[in-house]
Amino acid sequence: MPTNDVKLLGAPASQYVNRVQFALNLKSIDYEFIPQNMREKSELLLKSNPVHKNIPVLLHGDKPICDSLVIVQYIDEFWFDGPSILPSDPYDRAIARFWAAYIDDKWIPFFKELTTAKDEESKTALVEKILEGLKLFEDVFVKASKGKCFFGGETIGFLDIVLGCYLGWLKAWGIQLDVNFLDESKTPALVGWAERFSSDKAIHGIIPETEELFRILQIILARAADAASK
Amino acid sequence: MDGEVILLDAYASMFGMRLRIALAEKGVKYEYREENLPKKSPFLFQMNPIHKKVPVLIHNGKPICESLIALQYIDEVWHDKNPLLPSDPYKRAQARLWADFVDQKVHILGRKIWSAKGEEQEAAKKEFIEALKVLEGELGEKPYFGGEEFGYVDVALIPFYSWFHAYETCGNFKIGTQCPKFVAWAKRCMQRESVSKSLADPEKVYDFVLILKKHFGVE
Repeated sequence: MPTNDVKLLGAPASQYVNRVQFALNLKSIDYEFIPQNMREKSELLLKSNPVHKNIPVLLHGDKPICDSLVIVQYIDEFWFDGPSILPSDPYDRAIARFWAAYIDDKWIPFFKELTTAKDEESKTALVEKILEGLKLFEDVFVKASKGKCFFGGETIGFLDIVLGCYLGWLKAWGIQLDVNFLDESKTPALVGWAERFSSDKAIHGIIPETEELFRILQIILARAADAASK
Repeated sequence: MDGEVILLDAYASMFGMRLRIALAEKGVKYEYREENLPKKSPFLFQMNPIHKKVPVLIHNGKPICESLIALQYIDEVWHDKNPLLPSDPYKRAQARLWADFVDQKVHILGRKIWSAKGEEQEAAKKEFIEALKVLEGELGEKPYFGGEEFGYVDVALIPFYSWFHAYETCGNFKIGTQCPKFVAWAKRCMQRESVSKSLADPEKVYDFVLILKKHFGVE
């Protein structure tokens, strides 16, 4: 199978799509980015992901792979001779997968709830939960990094990708709510990690600028408010 | 050597059954510890402080939580015997996606069947059958989801078969008549000793559901 026939169906502002881009960059894989309009899904997308009709979808030759966490593991396993993304020890792998699932199933959904939160009380409660999550990740980072730069140790790994993809949106939400989510006095290790992660050459330039994400956030919030009033 | 392996579990837990099957497939000796759900022990809170749920696999004192994560761990540590995930990266990706589908659809809809009423329950029953039909489509003419060999998706899915009697009784409907291919696959899996010894008795599962209904205040 030609390893250079790699296409990514996605949208530049999707954190899940960004994860795949990070992984492809870490392995130095060239790919064609095919932007998708999620409000008018293309035939290619519907054919490639008939069950969930979602992005990202990686097309490797004629084979579609869906779901950002599954895709990142696929990239790591297929291009196994590049730098490793998942840890090599089975227990460390289990821990990385555990926190990846927590981030996707528990933490990121708080932000989705924020888009439809009606009153200040529920918004404050959600912000609290998000901050509690970040304190958890601070502990996870300290344990996983073992004094090194990233969750993956010396090099960027699975958890760096899974959490790091959300750094842009975290800043945009911070502006929206006037909350400093990554506070040096509360989560100093994460603040250091975020700076190192964002400036890494495999990562830099993938996540859109905060102004752009903030602009998109206004559209998302307006649409949610509109839907709620119907 | 296998090291010290403890499985913190509950008899009727379909997620616990996954790990019992995998450990049996690999011939791993382990200590089984039963949690008396819905009551939870301090030991469970210590081993799984984030989710406070069974099953927890504890290997040499280190806990691994979330059944699909523990399933992959078991497959990776005891990789020599009866591999569950295929070796091809694309097939592995498909296996992971289908196991996630089981968690997102079969589990969540099944829970609604026994815990919801009226329209919500009817909708859940309909979507549950649809989900099983999607799985039948994926199975096709293969003996197992893994192909010729019993594998990861089969392990992830078969425990729900022991809950069918409870779903059917609570939902007042029949699953087998609508999904005969699924039942044929399930009976094939039940012929494996690892499965027949690990799955809970459907009557006992139903008794457990009645306890849950009482606990959660569901009529």
